[in-house]
Amino acid sequence: MPKKRANGRAGVDKIETGIPGFDFVAEGGLPAQRTTLVAGTAGSAKTVFAANFLAAGIARGEPGVFVTFEDSPDDLRRNMRGFDWDIAGWERDGKWAFVDVSQRADEEIAVVGEFDLGGLLSRIEHAVARIGARRVSIDSLNALFVRFPDRRLIRAELYRISSTLKRAGTTVVVTAERTEDYGAISLFGVEEFVADNVVILRNLLQDERRRRTLEVLKLRGAAHQRGEVPFTVMEREGIVVIPLTAQQLTQSSSTVRVTSGIQELDRMCHGGFFRDSIVLVSGATGTGKTLMVTQFLAGGFEAGERCLLFAFEESRDQLFRNAAAWGMDFEKAEKRGLLRVVNRYPHALPMEDHLVHMREILDEYRPNRVAVDSLSALERVFTLRSFREFVISLTSTLKRQTMTAMFTSTTPSLLGGGSVTEKHISTLTDSIVLLRYVELPGQIRRSISVLKMRGSPHDTDIRQYTIDSRGLHVGEPFSDVGGILGGHPMPVAGAGDSE
Amino acid sequence: MVPSRCHSLRGTAVQRQLGVRVGEIRFTLFVAGDTPRSHLAIANLRRLANGRLAGRCSMRVVDVQKDPELAEAERILTTPTLIKESPMPARRVTGDLSDLELVLFALSLSTDE
Repeated sequence: MPKKRANGRAGVDKIETGIPGFDFVAEGGLPAQRTTLVAGTAGSAKTVFAANFLAAGIARGEPGVFVTFEDSPDDLRRNMRGFDWDIAGWERDGKWAFVDVSQRADEEIAVVGEFDLGGLLSRIEHAVARIGARRVSIDSLNALFVRFPDRRLIRAELYRISSTLKRAGTTVVVTAERTEDYGAISLFGVEEFVADNVVILRNLLQDERRRRTLEVLKLRGAAHQRGEVPFTVMEREGIVVIPLTAQQLTQSSSTVRVTSGIQELDRMCHGGFFRDSIVLVSGATGTGKTLMVTQFLAGGFEAGERCLLFAFEESRDQLFRNAAAWGMDFEKAEKRGLLRVVNRYPHALPMEDHLVHMREILDEYRPNRVAVDSLSALERVFTLRSFREFVISLTSTLKRQTMTAMFTSTTPSLLGGGSVTEKHISTLTDSIVLLRYVELPGQIRRSISVLKMRGSPHDTDIRQYTIDSRGLHVGEPFSDVGGILGGHPMPVAGAGDSE
Repeated sequence: MVPSRCHSLRGTAVQRQLGVRVGEIRFTLFVAGDTPRSHLAIANLRRLANGRLAGRCSMRVVDVQKDPELAEAERILTTPTLIKESPMPARRVTGDLSDLELVLFALSLSTDE
């Protein structure tokens, strides 16, 4: 079974859990053959995590035992069906076994004299041996402490169980409840028993939205990312952790060029965009960003590339109509499977769900080029922090596959100046194209410029452009105006037109 | 797991003729391994069976380590656990059974039953 070693760190082997994003945050996964405590307040998805740990294991050929103190096996089978986990099926195939320690209403047991958890231990050992389990989830410890007030005894017995499971070569996840999101690790001092490896799940109310976060608090003897990262619980998926780090972002490394869809722009970029680059197109409303996206997509599917558009501003029908008006046949491309348009209301879902849906589509459709029109539409409904996390995560997802991406962003003022979006994402993109209005005595003109292009020289001119019935056309540089990008265009007296 | 009959020798012949007796108290004692605590519970149960409940009960001892499937079927969490299976209602007591009066009380078995 797969067992990955932590990258050269002090000797603790880790196993990849298989929970999306988690192994990245935990830098390899959970310590193998050790117990990790997963603590969280009520409703923080601890039970889902515990079940997910086993489900992901089964997907990798590792059977698992679920020891349940709270929910009955029937309840769990039913509750987890929404994630497409066929627990009953796995039980039949000997990949999943329940040890049912849930309390039944009719069961009362009197205590006379000293006892221990020998029964539980035997049952767990037996289940592990019977199916050859590599993973065990115990959910949750609180029920145990509530039922048996002698904490010292319970802790001693938990230690015995933990040692036994370690000898059996299994990796264990134990859940525990807390009452505070930022406070003692858990009730009942459970952490004294399993203090080495702790993961905290939180479900916070922030800016009127629920925000789930996961924090790898400690993994003894092993490295991991610090701090809270967002996660979501998705239908048909389970837990999806969204790691954030610039580490994941690799710069564009391809030297292959693809068309922007606009010939003159390709020339300004000295051949077009790099195939695996991310281009930000920034401009005020009406400057033609959506048109650029339209031409970008058309340039792609006309070259036989698969193109994907996440449209948050205009409806698919509007887009198709406008494209047709400019002479680009989106209908045909869609029918040929070279174009896919995904329309969504920005406020319909929380940030994490948008992200996961987009990733699913990217994984499934595997486009050669992607456009997001516009990031600003999402920025308006996400919190600032969420938005930045979203962009980082989306960008890193795009970088994992080779595709050309275009994001549009709306500048708040008509003449120029940066937007909040840009402040946060300009460092994450490889190329930036600016579209600006230019106010001159008695007329409004438009300018286009390539501000940066990682890995390639590019035109440094600020050129005029026009939009007509055939699309966007780039013309000559502004030789008679300065201060355009700053939003304060001024005619420059006496400048010639050769530079 | 050897069942042991705990009736007095004098009544054996009569009891054999009667076969299964109505009102017989049936016990199963679950223990975990060959430990002092297991022995203590077994000894305490025997005292009860040969004393106050003489001639009225049968008992068997199950080691959860040797028969974990039965432990699973009966959902045994703590050990030792004594289950009084009959007469109804079924009752459970956990612990080394060191206070016999308390055990009887917990099992709804009073002296004049």
